[in-house]
Amino acid sequence: MAGVLIFSENQGLALEVLTAANSIKATAVSACVINNDEQAQALASAGVQVYSVNNNDLLMADVGAIAGAIKQVADKAGADTVLLASNRRGKELAGRLAQAMNAGCLTDVAALNIEGDKILCQRNALGGATVATQYIDAGKKVIAIRPRTFEAAAGTGAGSVEEVAVEVKKAGVTVLEFKSRVGDTVDIEAAEVLVAVGQGLNSQDDLPAVEELAKKLGGEVACSKPVATDKKWLSEERIIGLSGKKCKPQLAMLLGISGQVQFTVGIRDAKTIVAVNSDENASINQMADYIITADLHDVVAEMNKKLG
Amino acid sequence: MELPHRGSGRPISLWVMIGEDIYEGGLVMNIVIAMKQIPDLQQIRIRNRQPILDDVPLTLGNIDKNALEAGVNLRDELGGKVTVLSAGNEDIEDTVKEALAAGADEAFLVIDDSLNGAESSVIANVLAASIKQIEEPALILFGEGSGDNYSGQVGSRVAEILNLPQVSFASSIEIRGNQAVVTRSLEDGEEIVQVDLPAIVAVLADINEPRIPSVTQILKAGKKPKEVLELDELEVEAGKAMVITANNLAPETERKRVVVKSVDELIQALTTEGYVGR
Repeated sequence: MAGVLIFSENQGLALEVLTAANSIKATAVSACVINNDEQAQALASAGVQVYSVNNNDLLMADVGAIAGAIKQVADKAGADTVLLASNRRGKELAGRLAQAMNAGCLTDVAALNIEGDKILCQRNALGGATVATQYIDAGKKVIAIRPRTFEAAAGTGAGSVEEVAVEVKKAGVTVLEFKSRVGDTVDIEAAEVLVAVGQGLNSQDDLPAVEELAKKLGGEVACSKPVATDKKWLSEERIIGLSGKKCKPQLAMLLGISGQVQFTVGIRDAKTIVAVNSDENASINQMADYIITADLHDVVAEMNKKLG
Repeated sequence: MELPHRGSGRPISLWVMIGEDIYEGGLVMNIVIAMKQIPDLQQIRIRNRQPILDDVPLTLGNIDKNALEAGVNLRDELGGKVTVLSAGNEDIEDTVKEALAAGADEAFLVIDDSLNGAESSVIANVLAASIKQIEEPALILFGEGSGDNYSGQVGSRVAEILNLPQVSFASSIEIRGNQAVVTRSLEDGEEIVQVDLPAIVAVLADINEPRIPSVTQILKAGKKPKEVLELDELEVEAGKAMVITANNLAPETERKRVVVKSVDELIQALTTEGYVGR
């Protein structure tokens, strides 16, 4: 495998992608950093050759211009493969960069394995019903790796930072405002225990009891998508599923969740799953370790009482 | 900006006018919605870890329906026309009725068996060539990802081919003259960007609640205009698939599936597992 270039605008994710790149036996791994000297230093400290682009005309919001810049750095670095993080920015960038490089592309990749000269990538398919193993059959490759698939690379060596100039092709994009997320800053992907509610929850007034149970178990409250987007009882930060968060807690208590694949894809990697559902035939029971057929409100109340 | 051309190589005259106030000038606001035909995911069954797709009815991608709803709302507000664009096998002529019933004015379809479920790079080439044939689109909308693969590549690839600005993960779209103000919803915040039109926008599933068409709308959908092209009429090099699928299996689930009869039993089990009383 020839050279691999990594990029993510997010420093933590860039270090994860570096670990991914180091795992695939590339002849050379280098990193592209755009308008971020701190990240350039962090990656160099992790032992990688960094190509640092500093250009005020380059806006992260202008995906076409960013893709053009990374392509130029990949050419300079002699990299035929670019690894990105599959956060939202990385995912949006992946297709555009792949098209600019005439590369094949895979996003949301959750595992990488080398088989001969192929990089086998695993990702969800058919709405999460299946996990596909796919590889790119083209000279150039762009692969976006799901956050938290790899550990962040630690400072293991002395890399270096080289400033590079790129031509910027602006595309009529200006940023009017950036509003940081305020309020609910829960990170359900980091929680060891999740108590997740679905449409079986009767009312928003029942949430405090669920929160109490989550607290007693040392975890966080999460939900299926309709609870946040339709009913708006919980914030979208707490959605588990295909278009929400993919979580791997030790324990997941699933309350009143029927078990559509769009949800289960986000929780099936949990170590232990408890399903509480009033329907004994709920499909969620197929993927649970412990199944209790009962009204979730009664179960929550009784657990809160008995867990003291 | 490099201007896209029609298949004939003739420049589209109105593209040149973008940058002037053509929308406020009373000209039409044409919106293209790219939609993918996929199997109805609710009806896929798994047997021996293999997905069974035989006899599963076809539908349009669920987030593509949010893109359609967003486009139809903009048209209702500003005037203009909504064209559904899709590439796939001959079944799309029937599948697209769902979108025509839900408010699209017409359909532009490219049909070839090789296009059904084709790889993102191939579909992007076909859609980009098709967009050049559609009358001066101001906005080209996608879902943030297809309902089945959720790869999210095609909109970005089309934007690169057509050399257009793009915004994905859009949670709102507002048209102001010849620009769009779009909210890009990211993990750590909302980035409000202004893009020149024409532009490519990929919407989040949260942007709206797609309408459910009435019986009358469904009956009328069949009569709406459709332009149907064979792939070889499009004069495009679709290219070969660059992604190969080695296998596609349901994940193995090794769960205990112990039925507990009471909360006491459940607490006992959680204690044994070490989750309670730590």
